[in-house]
Amino acid sequence: MQSSDTKENAREIVVPGDLLAISSKKAGPGTYSEGGKIFASQLGIKSVRPDSISVVPLAGQYMPIIGDLIVGKIVDIGPSNWLVDINSPYPAPLHVNEVPWRVEFGETSKFMGVGDVVLIKVVGVDERRRISVSMQDHGLRKLTGGTVMEISPSKVPRVIGKNGSMIQMLKNETACRIYVGQNGRIWIDGELDNIVKAVQAIKMIEDEAHALGLTEKVKEFLGSKSGTGV
Amino acid sequence: MGGTPLPANVKLIDENGRRMDGRMPEEMRPLKIEAGVLKRADGSAYVEWGNNKVMAAVYGPRECHPRHLQNPERALVQCNYNMASFSVDERKRPGPDRRSHEISKIISEALTNVVFTEYFPRTSIDVYIEVLQANAGTRCAGLTAASVALADAGVPMRDLVASCAAGKVANTVVVDLNKEEDNFGQADIPVGYVPRSNEIVLLQMDGDLTLEEFNKGLHMAVDACKKVYQIQRDALKRRYSARAADEDVPAPIVEGAMMREGQ
Repeated sequence: MQSSDTKENAREIVVPGDLLAISSKKAGPGTYSEGGKIFASQLGIKSVRPDSISVVPLAGQYMPIIGDLIVGKIVDIGPSNWLVDINSPYPAPLHVNEVPWRVEFGETSKFMGVGDVVLIKVVGVDERRRISVSMQDHGLRKLTGGTVMEISPSKVPRVIGKNGSMIQMLKNETACRIYVGQNGRIWIDGELDNIVKAVQAIKMIEDEAHALGLTEKVKEFLGSKSGTGV
Repeated sequence: MGGTPLPANVKLIDENGRRMDGRMPEEMRPLKIEAGVLKRADGSAYVEWGNNKVMAAVYGPRECHPRHLQNPERALVQCNYNMASFSVDERKRPGPDRRSHEISKIISEALTNVVFTEYFPRTSIDVYIEVLQANAGTRCAGLTAASVALADAGVPMRDLVASCAAGKVANTVVVDLNKEEDNFGQADIPVGYVPRSNEIVLLQMDGDLTLEEFNKGLHMAVDACKKVYQIQRDALKRRYSARAADEDVPAPIVEGAMMREGQ
């Protein structure tokens, strides 16, 4: 979604403290306003929209937002919840009421253990940044098998692509099952050779996230590798 | 410090008003900054400032440990300044000492002023500054590197902090003192400056100055900070624009990192 408007704005890189505009527009993410002026607060690419100005960050930690689909890892088990690492500064407790199974008190470890990978959704973030997550929605589940890779969360929109074009191409070309969490974790399952290929392609997307014509480059890369059989 | 006295034939300022290394009083040593030099850190920067070589790495915002330090309303900026044992002429005994504690504290306080700490309650942003080679002015070089590393890590901040020192050498107010000037000079004032809001976030003074000399030195230091600021911004912009221009990209390699993540 960011790709279209950043392209049109010639991709101006801004650093914290840069003056973006003197206007009454809304100061979007990655910016702050002071005395009627809007400044960049993060290193990123300036993005101007009709009613707001924002900076698309080039780096940074994942900050959970309600509704985000994320790939988490169980790091601790309590009697009525699991503690999930969601690749953010804050851990997320997953309560037994939020999983698709009926779990008796103290029997949490029979369902999921430390190290298990889960596909979950953020359902609550409060002002103190306490997070609640849920596994009760269509498609949410414990992910078995496969492999997990991590990329910078700021590059996730590029891996997904416009309307999911990039990720769809990756899935088609590599015949892998792929889930991209908004937190920068990507779960991939398929034939080993194909997993390796998908991982390489995603690393390439991450490295060249801000390059123009990325989709074509990735397509070329995937095409060339499929012929050699790795 | 002060081991060998200055030889009698060496003048800190010569008759033409030039300093030992040929600089004019308001002239800085050459400064070179590179952002994003470390792969494992969230953000990093390397600074070469005259004969100073300083590396800064930023991790976070991340969960704050020990727990009792965390603030329910804002993030903590924790800084750790360390000098390598080989950074000075005579081997420095490794480990924290009074001086490094002090510098860690003042740098974290300076950075706290620009970081939007309220965005990340209960977390800590950890800044590690390693001095690889020291030649006076390492706290300024460290602060300069640290703010570039913070921006490189994507930490939201009001502005970058630029830093430079001023001082008095042979009765002349000069900027950015080198080792000899620091050791045999009369005063040293490190300044941390936020150009956008025209604020000073670090100010110390070692030695004696009159009020006039102090004001003159402070202004010279602020002017130098503005130059430092431009170099900092260039370094950050270069980090991304350089790669966009990079044509031949080496084939990605599957690394151990991916295997470690996999189950």
